[in-house]
Formats: sequence, structure tokens, C-alpha cells
Amino acid sequence: MSSKTDLKIALVGNPNSGKSTLFNFLTGLKQKTGNFPGVTVDKKSGILKLPDGQVAELTDLPGTYSIYPKTLDEQIVQEVLLNKDHPQHPDKIIVVTDATNLKRNLLLFTQIRDLNIPCVLVLNMMDLAERKKLKFDLRALSIDLGVKIIPTNSHSGLGVQTLKNVLTQELRVSKSPFYPVKELASETIEQIREEFSLDEDYRAYQYAQQNVRLTFLVESERERIESIKKQFGFYDVPTQSQEVLGRYALISEIVDRNIKNDVNQSLSWSQKLDQVLTHKVFGYVFFAAILIIIFQAIFAWATWPMDMIETFMADISSRVKTTLPKGVLNDLVTDGIIAGLAGVVVFIPQIALLFGFISLLEESGYMSRAVFLMDRIMRACGLNGKSVVPLVSGMACAIPAIMATRSIDSWKDRLITIFVTPFMSCSARLPVYTLLIALVIPQKEILGFINLQGLVLTGLYLIGLIAAILSAWVLKFILKTKQKGYFIMELPTYKIPQWKNVLLTIYDKSKTFVLEAGKVIVAISIILWVLASYGPGDSFNNAEEIVQQKIVSEDISEDFETALSAYKLENSYAGVFGKFIEPAIEPLGYDWKIGIALITSFAAREVFVGTISTIYSIGADEEDELTIKEKLSKEVNPKTGEKMYTPALGLSLMVFYAFAMQCMSTLAVVYRETKGWKWPFIQTIYMTVVAYLAAFITFNVFS
Amino acid sequence: MRNITHLKLHEKGVIKGFTDDILSVKLMEMGCLPGTEISLELIAPWGGPIAIEVSGYQLSLRRNEASSILIEG
Repeated sequence: MSSKTDLKIALVGNPNSGKSTLFNFLTGLKQKTGNFPGVTVDKKSGILKLPDGQVAELTDLPGTYSIYPKTLDEQIVQEVLLNKDHPQHPDKIIVVTDATNLKRNLLLFTQIRDLNIPCVLVLNMMDLAERKKLKFDLRALSIDLGVKIIPTNSHSGLGVQTLKNVLTQELRVSKSPFYPVKELASETIEQIREEFSLDEDYRAYQYAQQNVRLTFLVESERERIESIKKQFGFYDVPTQSQEVLGRYALISEIVDRNIKNDVNQSLSWSQKLDQVLTHKVFGYVFFAAILIIIFQAIFAWATWPMDMIETFMADISSRVKTTLPKGVLNDLVTDGIIAGLAGVVVFIPQIALLFGFISLLEESGYMSRAVFLMDRIMRACGLNGKSVVPLVSGMACAIPAIMATRSIDSWKDRLITIFVTPFMSCSARLPVYTLLIALVIPQKEILGFINLQGLVLTGLYLIGLIAAILSAWVLKFILKTKQKGYFIMELPTYKIPQWKNVLLTIYDKSKTFVLEAGKVIVAISIILWVLASYGPGDSFNNAEEIVQQKIVSEDISEDFETALSAYKLENSYAGVFGKFIEPAIEPLGYDWKIGIALITSFAAREVFVGTISTIYSIGADEEDELTIKEKLSKEVNPKTGEKMYTPALGLSLMVFYAFAMQCMSTLAVVYRETKGWKWPFIQTIYMTVVAYLAAFITFNVFS
Repeated sequence: MRNITHLKLHEKGVIKGFTDDILSVKLMEMGCLPGTEISLELIAPWGGPIAIEVSGYQLSLRRNEASSILIEG
């Protein structure tokens, strides 16, 4: 993308300044989400066509309150601005500010201005400022700050065209800095400027402040800066507070001179709303209601588009199956690739719905209130107020839930949330639960009104929740972090959500999931397909003859195709592997047949039902749970001669599925969100161990 | 020494100083400067976070963070 563009422009500003809305206005659909090299931070960039025909690459840098980073996201801003060789280092900067809260917003602007990168100042949300009866003297403000100022209203798009025009002009770089930083540490600044041949005092000062953080400096350079600082007695924190105080003093004076606010504020409607929405009773009731709606949507409303997608993919699969000549290629395409793709696209409705809701909550300003209300409770178990939405969404599907942890700034809190979310019972566990509950739990009432089957199902959801909370609590003590976690957070005023932003978020998240997680899911599907369709030696290669003979000699009334596929699965690598792990899973009450199902359902939990029906050769109609149930209930344990599917085995299996990872899509998403295989690996091992132990205990208690 | 957590709901106070140097930089960046008037606006139950009104907007912070902001009087 960068090769085709004429210049690079960056959007910088405080969170909640309307920066992303402006970004959407400037780029429309011509945007993409990528990564900043080497870090777990999303890079949003897009193409901006300027009126003079120039094409610019516009990057939406993460929101920050100052150039001093507190989070990984904010560090990117600093890195991009200070490193002139950074691929995203901008030629021009658009500094976006919230006009209703200019003093705080201008701090970042004055810091950027002193780095001498050409910039333009956008006063956004002018409509809200007018409603607040703020009167701006924009001309004088522009002179005092030494920058071109564009008032905009990113809700209506007012001022966006002017902004585009201004970007084509040469933005004059001011000669003298806004804040005379040199007074704070003249020797240190001079020495660094000279040795690193820097043009600006403030840049040199930043090198001194941030020498350990800046990744573009090599070790010897960092050490050199450290010794310069020692030599001249430069201390980071005290100078930093002096700088902030000094800047604010100048900003205050300018703002008070040029912006008049003559009406005394009465209680705004935002504050009135807060009295209800953060109320100690109604606040929680409202939040619970919102969660129920979201849960309902992902759990129930997403079903029909998901069914449609499944039918559609099955349709494609059967078409390909009949069009392509029979053989390995046909099987690979249909059972491997298309099956894998289907496993990816089927999640789109849930992801779209969840992110639609999350985006609505964030746009409206409610999200930070929910976080505010929940922080205390979540903190008790090692989580963060912001972990609530991911955890609850995890009860529908862990994939969008893990993607939703992005909003948690503290890496430790975010990692813990990602780690424990898959313990929440997702909708894919439901088919497994329903089949097994129907099989082993009698349909009866206890205490006259509690349905035993329902009780078991509720229990399964509860143990998932408990496992999540306990694991989070343990991780709180294990994980060490260098980053100090803050909970200093702006509560933005309530706003009416913008549909365009919501839709763009939905589009962006779905696309990211399909492209990023999709790769891994399709790859694992193909591997599982190979394992289930190929086997070692003659017993697999001569499957058709052997089955033919068997049917004739043992006089089995089974359908040939069904018997063949059962036989093939038994003798495939997956089957061999199932037999191989049989000793390991025997203490849980499982045999090799269940072993095969455990292996294949690693793709997704619901595959268990399909595999079980293939193994017991139940025929093509996997969906018919009644037939599966009948067949399974007749299954006899060869060792004891009694029923195979006892309540002990059924409960042991259900507990195993409640805890085990058994979902490659989750794995793929964790891989993407943590940018490596370390965490998905640890998580899978941990969950499997917990599942194994829990299933072992369950089996022994009930048998 | 009084700090922000000692304020009653909707009571106003003027920031005097901070007890935590590193936290103070972050708080000052967010507009909590010595001499600024603030008022306590929201209190989450069970010892949860609080929210203050400062330089024209609402800022929420945990109690232990809030207790590092000293107020006059």
C-alpha cells in the first residue's frame, strides 16, 4: 500500500475525541486493519484521496492523552512519532481534539507540535460545544497555538472537506517551540541533540525521558543517554511533572482567553442519565438486562443465519462432490477444505452480532459505565471491569468473546480474561450435553419440581463459570507484569451511536476473523481430515474387501457404505491414535471409540456427535439424535458385559467437554490475539489437564 | 490529610497535591492539576471505583488511586 501513496498522514488524539469517526469519514470503506511490526497492536489504515489528486495513506493511531505511554497501544504512538525511520512515520499529522474539553485535549497537541512535524488541529464535536454555549475565537486561538485550526462535526461530516483541502497545503512548521522545554534540562538536551544530531529540543528531551522504552535505539545508544542523564542530574519523573504543569499553565491561559463559557452549567442530561445507569441497584439491573439481550442474541437470534450458512456450505459441498471426479482430490476439497471453511464462516453471525452490540455500547458511552460498575466485583477474582463482556459473551461463543478482550488495556488482565473465557460453556457444547444428558440422566423430578436433566445442564454451566473464576484468581498471583495497571479512565458523555461506525466495526471484525483465524482453522481441518481418512497398512487399504467379507460372513444387516465408513474410521490414523490413547483415557471410563471422537472433536466440540454416529455406524442421518441415543444405550462394555454408557461415563464425558479446550477456532483466535503459540499451547495443556482430572474424579465418584 | 475519597457525593474540593509521584504525572496529564476544583460525582458500590468531575469532564478511578489525590482543607 505504501508504495502507491504520495504521503503519509497520521490521526492522533485523545480517546473519545471522535478520531475514529473522522477516520471513517476520510477513508470510507477503503481501510484495513493490520499490525504494527513486532507488537500486538492493531494498525488501522486507509487510503485518503486529497482534492489535488494526491493519494495519502492515513493511519489511525491509538488514542492517547499524552506522548508518555501508559499502555502498549500508546507506546506505538510515541514510537511512530519519535522514530523518523518508522514505516508509519507521518509527513503530516491531524491532531483531533474534543472541542468541549479543549484544555485536556491540547496537552498532546502541544507535545506533538514541539516535535516539529507539520500538523493541523481539528476541533471536533463543535455541535456539542455550541450546545454547551462555548464561544470560540478561532483566529486568535490559531495564532496563539501557531497552527491551522479546522472546526468539524464528525457526526454530520461538517468541516471534513475543508480539512482535506488544508491537507494539500504546505503546513507551516513553527520555528519556536510552544513550551520552552530547554529550561528544564538545558545541558542534557544540548548534549543529546549534539550527539544524536537532532533538530528539536523536545525530541532530544524525549530521548532522555524515554531512552529505555524507545525500541529504535540500540543498546549502546540507550546506555550513552543514561550516562548523559547521570552526568547532568536528569530525573525522569520530576521533570515530567514539571513539563506537564508548565504546558497546562500555557494552555490554560490561551484557552481562557479565547474560549468563553458564560452560561453556568446546569445538570446535563448525561449526568441525569448517570444517576440512573450507575445507581447501585438500577445500574446493575440495567446492565444485567443488556447482558441478557446480548446473550439471547448470540445464542438464539444467530441460529437462523448460522443454519442458513450451514445449509449453504453443505449444498456447495455436495455439489462439488458430485461435480468433481471421485477420489482423493474430491474428498480433500469437500471433507477437508470446504468443511474447514464452513467451520469458519458459520461463526460470522455470532461475531457480527456481538461486535454490533459492543460497538453500540461503546459508541453510546455506556460501556465505560458498565466497566465502572463491575470493576470491584471482577477485581476480586483477578479480572478487570472490562472483562465482563468477554466472559458473558463466552457463554455463547468464545471466539468473538476473546476478540472482544481488545478493550482491556492492561495486558495482564487481558491475558487472564483470554485464558479463562473458554471455560464458559459455549453454545457448541450444547449438542454434546443434550445427547449425553438424554442418554444417561433419567427424566425425573426431584423435590417434586426440579427437573433432574435441567439441573445437570445448569450444573455444567456453573462448573464452567467456577473454573473460569478460580483459574483467574490463581493466575492473578502467577502472572508477573512490568506494566503498572491503571484504572484511570474517562467517562465520556452519552452520545447517540452512529450506525456507520457500528457497521464498519462489524465488517472489520468479521473480516479479521475470517482471514486471520480462518487460515489456522482450515489448516487444522485438513490435518484432521487426513488423520481420519488415511490409515496404515493393509487393514485400511483393503477396507472395502474386508468389510464386504465381513458383511457376508457375519451376516450383518448393515448398509455397506455405513459399515465401510465405520470400518475406515476405526482403522484410520485417527482410529489407531484413538486405540493408542485408550490406556490413558480408560481411567475416565472411555474406550477407543470415544478416543476417536475426542480426537476428531478437537476441531469443534459438536463434531463429537457426528463422529460417534459414524463409529457406531448409525447411518447418514447424524442429526437424528433419537437413533444415536437408541444405539448408544444398547452399547455393551466388552469388559464388564454391562451397559457402556452408564451415568458415570456420561457425566465424566460431559465434565470433560465442559473443561477441555476442544475447539481449534478458539485456539486460532488466541493465537491471533496473543501473537504467538505460547499462550494457546499453555492454555490447551492446562484445560486438558483440568478436564482430565475432573472427568477422572467424576467417573470414580459416580461408578 | 484529606484526600478525594473523603469527599461526600457532589461535594467540591481543590486539589492540593499527590502522594504518588508516578501516578501524579498520569493524573496531571488527565487534567487533575494542583489548584483545580473537582467534585465527587459517582460512587460505585462495595468499595468500587469513584468518578470525579474535573476540568469539564468525568474521570473514573479506583479508590486506591483516588486516595493519592490530596485536597485542601
